[in-house]
Amino acid sequence: MNMTVLKSETARAMPAPAVSADVVKLKAPKTSFIKTKLVPRVSEISANVLPPLVTIALIMVVWQMLCSKPGSTLPPPTVIWDQAKDLIMEPFFVAGPQDIGLGWRVLTSLQRVAIGYGLAGLIGIALGTIIGQSVWAMRGLDPIFQVLRTISPLAWLPISLAAFRDSQPSAIFVIFITSVWPIIINTAVGIRNIPQDYRNVALVLRLNHYEFFTKIMIPSAAPYIFTGLRIGIGLSWLAIVAAEMLTGGVGIGFFIWDAWNSSRLPDIIVALAYIGGIGFLLDRLVALVAHFVTRGTASN
Amino acid sequence: MAPATSHPYLRIDHVDKTFSRGGKLTEVLSDVTVSIEKGEYVSIIGHSGCGKSTLLNIVAGLTPVPTGAVLLENREVSDPGPDRAVVFQNHSLLPWLTVYENVRLAVDKVFSATKSRKERHAWTMHNLELVQMGHAKDKRPAEISGGMKQRVGIARALAMEPKVLLLDEPFGALDALTRAHLQDSVMAIHQKLGNTVLMITHDVDEAVLLSDRIVMMTNGPAARIGEVLEVPIARPRKRLDLVADQTYIKCRQRVIEFLYARHKAPALQAAE
Ligand SMILES: Nc1ncnc2c1ncn2[C@@H]1O[C@H](COP(=O)(O)OP(=O)(O)O)[C@@H](O)[C@H]1O
Ligand SMILES: [Mg+2]
Repeated sequence: MNMTVLKSETARAMPAPAVSADVVKLKAPKTSFIKTKLVPRVSEISANVLPPLVTIALIMVVWQMLCSKPGSTLPPPTVIWDQAKDLIMEPFFVAGPQDIGLGWRVLTSLQRVAIGYGLAGLIGIALGTIIGQSVWAMRGLDPIFQVLRTISPLAWLPISLAAFRDSQPSAIFVIFITSVWPIIINTAVGIRNIPQDYRNVALVLRLNHYEFFTKIMIPSAAPYIFTGLRIGIGLSWLAIVAAEMLTGGVGIGFFIWDAWNSSRLPDIIVALAYIGGIGFLLDRLVALVAHFVTRGTASN
Repeated sequence: MAPATSHPYLRIDHVDKTFSRGGKLTEVLSDVTVSIEKGEYVSIIGHSGCGKSTLLNIVAGLTPVPTGAVLLENREVSDPGPDRAVVFQNHSLLPWLTVYENVRLAVDKVFSATKSRKERHAWTMHNLELVQMGHAKDKRPAEISGGMKQRVGIARALAMEPKVLLLDEPFGALDALTRAHLQDSVMAIHQKLGNTVLMITHDVDEAVLLSDRIVMMTNGPAARIGEVLEVPIARPRKRLDLVADQTYIKCRQRVIEFLYARHKAPALQAAE
């Protein structure tokens, strides 16, 4: 009994390797590609993407249940889909001078942000570099910046309107003045924190001021500068929506204000989703640039 | 090796150094005089905190000297410059540059007028090969080991073709095996190029193995030169042969006596 079992097992086992060896030889490249590259990649992506999708689905269900009751003040997802389908599905339609897709409005807002934030980046890094090199400038200006940076974008707007007497430059100024402080402060800290070792290397090599600035100062302070830039882009996006609500025009902020005035709640909610999405993308964009520019610097 | 030619290659001449910290003055170095001949390998040994780095930084020009002077080829040097290249204790490579770029930066700066672009590339690679780091030229400092970083630091310093090579405890942070390996490399390079070297160390074996002369410093504050010891061992030296070498053993004994009998570290004294 035992013997036969053993025999039959060996008998079965014997040819098996030969067959599998044959199969492996032929299909080796494909199997290994799928197994070593594709499967881990797919499972990695799904591990990152599935949880948020499930969460969103759950929120939608709860939201639907809460807002479907008669007398509820906010529309449920199904109503939003019914009434604002065009806004969701077609970001770039043009049906009239004031009836355009949210994509266009976002682009207008982004244009303003690009100018205001671009200026804030340039001026913030330049000022921060100068301030960071002087102990006294740092001591004298830092407390003032710390106070100024807490002022809300909306609070700057009246002054800005009074000074520029036009909505477009006012909105840009508000973005600039909101986002410039963290860029100045972080750049200055980065410049102050350049290790003495790097300064010594520059001294031994007799780098001139320009070489020291481009080869030591900026790369060494880059992680700090990008921290400032990343905070700054978030604040810019906060500021633009607030500024446009009051200055009017074509941007996404004004769209919300307009929708509120004509009681189109579903439109507002779609616009909120756009704002959140774009803000997230902007943040990721700066983080990505930072990752490539400062690679190697942060880890040491 | 007679120290008393009237015009030595490098002369640290009656240097005093006082630091003020929070209004309190501390004299760190008191009347330090050292002469170094061309091609000589001189070590400075002393307990931690006695002022070795301060002395090296003064020679490098990184720390100003209020009294006394540093003379190189009979000319006073007070600013830092590539003629006195430093290998820092913590390697000091720029982390955003690759190994190659770190050395190339120095080469570009020092030879901008005298070498063509092609020659500068070749010179960079030559110095990387000299320390056996050519294979890692495209790596960043964060991607290589401590010993390799120190090698690149040495390559960067050598690439400046300095008149004096200044080494501040270059092997201090390395494990024993890596350290031995690197010491052998430095010895081989010194043998080949004949550089003038001033090295700081607190390791007795390292000092005896590598140096022509050992300058022993007393404890701070106000550290002085306590004793200067010649190491008359022929080069090239082999680590293994020296283990039983009578001269080696005697030199070692002299330094250990100085450091641990006559000028014990303050911490060791307190422990008794
Ligand atoms: N920039 C400085 N300001 C004040 N004191 C210093 C400064 N640099 C070094 N010292 C002091 O000088 C002494 C010698 O330091 P250092 O030369 O680094 O010693 P070593 O390299 O021998 O360990 C120490 O007591 C240290 O505290
Ligand atoms: Mg030291």
